[in-house]
Amino acid sequence: MREARYPLLLLVAPAVFLVLALFVYPLSLSVVSAFTARNGTVGLVNFEKTIELYSTDIVFTLLIVGVSTGLIAVLSAAIGGYLVLGTHRATVAALKWLYRWPLFVPFIVAAQCMRTFLAKNGMLNNTLDALGVIEAGQLSGLLDWRGIIVTFVWKETPFVTLLVAGAMAALDRATIEAARNLGASGVRILVEIILPQVAGAMLVGLILAFVTMLSVLSVPIMLSGGSPTMITVDMAFRVNSYSDYGVANALGLVSYVMAAAAAWIYVRRGMGPAGAA
Amino acid sequence: MTRVSARRTLGWLVRGSLLGGLAFMIFGPLANLALWAVATQWYFPHKLPLAYGLRYWADVFKPTSDAFAALGTSIVIAIITVIVCLLLAVPAGYALSRSRLPWRGAILLILLLPQAFPSLAIYFNIARLFYTVGLNGTIAGVVLVHAVHGLVIAVWIAAAAFAAVDGELELAARNLGASPLRTARDVTLPLAMPGLVASAIFVFLESLDEFTGTYFVGVPDVTTLPLIMFTASIAGNYQIAAITALVLLVPSVGFMLVVERFFTAETLAKLG
Repeated sequence: MREARYPLLLLVAPAVFLVLALFVYPLSLSVVSAFTARNGTVGLVNFEKTIELYSTDIVFTLLIVGVSTGLIAVLSAAIGGYLVLGTHRATVAALKWLYRWPLFVPFIVAAQCMRTFLAKNGMLNNTLDALGVIEAGQLSGLLDWRGIIVTFVWKETPFVTLLVAGAMAALDRATIEAARNLGASGVRILVEIILPQVAGAMLVGLILAFVTMLSVLSVPIMLSGGSPTMITVDMAFRVNSYSDYGVANALGLVSYVMAAAAAWIYVRRGMGPAGAA
Repeated sequence: MTRVSARRTLGWLVRGSLLGGLAFMIFGPLANLALWAVATQWYFPHKLPLAYGLRYWADVFKPTSDAFAALGTSIVIAIITVIVCLLLAVPAGYALSRSRLPWRGAILLILLLPQAFPSLAIYFNIARLFYTVGLNGTIAGVVLVHAVHGLVIAVWIAAAAFAAVDGELELAARNLGASPLRTARDVTLPLAMPGLVASAIFVFLESLDEFTGTYFVGVPDVTTLPLIMFTASIAGNYQIAAITALVLLVPSVGFMLVVERFFTAETLAKLG
């Protein structure tokens, strides 16, 4: 079998080469550019400028993506939990059919949907008004940071739920039934028995969603025009308006650090005592 | 008895309103988009369009329109991207599904990198790189960017599809005297086909819907449908934006509805 090992490398080589050339190489260019000032000297000039101009936007980005990730976690746990524990068959079937609709909807289409749905005169406000939940006089749109969060949660929850529900379906039913027979409530079974066992799958889904949300340009542009905004918009602005690749790449580095921090949580969990699952 | 039926009614009410609220939050945005696609006149403070019609559809789909040309460009780019991606992902997925592949962990790590880092900063650095070699604003440049983006998932799905193929069947074919190539063509590939088809559809959709990479690398000469949609939306042409968004939406929702047919349970189990 030994002679069959190395030819396999030839099969993966083209794919690896493409990723190295068009991902790893630009990534390293981006890091070098972040530490290079416009006059060519190496230093932290770009970062000083980034902090001065965009520290609010960095915090804003972290809050939006963080809150969205938290909401996605809660919703995917709730939906996945009901799919496993729900006793009302018709409701389980309806929920299973319902939750996946936004799964492959592109961000840019989701942004356009929300741009009209969440507007001052959008369907959300009009429906709430018709139901008498809010007064027509106090109508205001959600086209700001709230709109970005709603769009992110709408778009990414199905993906994480798919992973979480898949992991939940693969669990051993015996412990769940035993807990139920001992009188444990559904919520308690979900939190104390099911969630600890599917935490790994959920974390992978949440980290992928987190990184994806950090890369989206269309949603913040289309849902919130003003300031503060997300750093993706700032990067595009630095590049398109000033050809200022230094500051744009410094902001890019900030986004890499955020993603790396999220990945670090995953790795650390894998090494910790709870990471056996 | 009445307490039991009261509880049952309450249960129905709670379930119904939660499910109804969720359905509204999921379908409401899509319905609002669909309304804009058929509204010819709609302004504040009217809650519904004042006039309906398909006038804007005719504008979008007339052969001389920018949107129609962009749809053609998008489809051409997506088809080439699928071909490039599968040519790379099928052999790579096959190799990765074999445990005897040397440095398998390191190779997997490299192939996963594009999913682990936010891609926006990568795109404008690629654009800068492409500018020096004349790939900016070309179909080839956009295809390459889409291919890197689609490759990760394509390799993953292909590797899972090959891993689900029973190795005993390949061994049996070899024992009966089939060459390695013939075994791959007549046994391995047909068995992995559903997964590979899913991978192709996925790459096609990713390319069709891709916005950020095209935004940086495609300018000024390559205009895809998502770019048309974005421009129309920012300019306030909500009807044009809604119609182009619907065109992008239909294949995405269609894939969501049939995706389970392509993934056997074994394939899904090996994705993690």
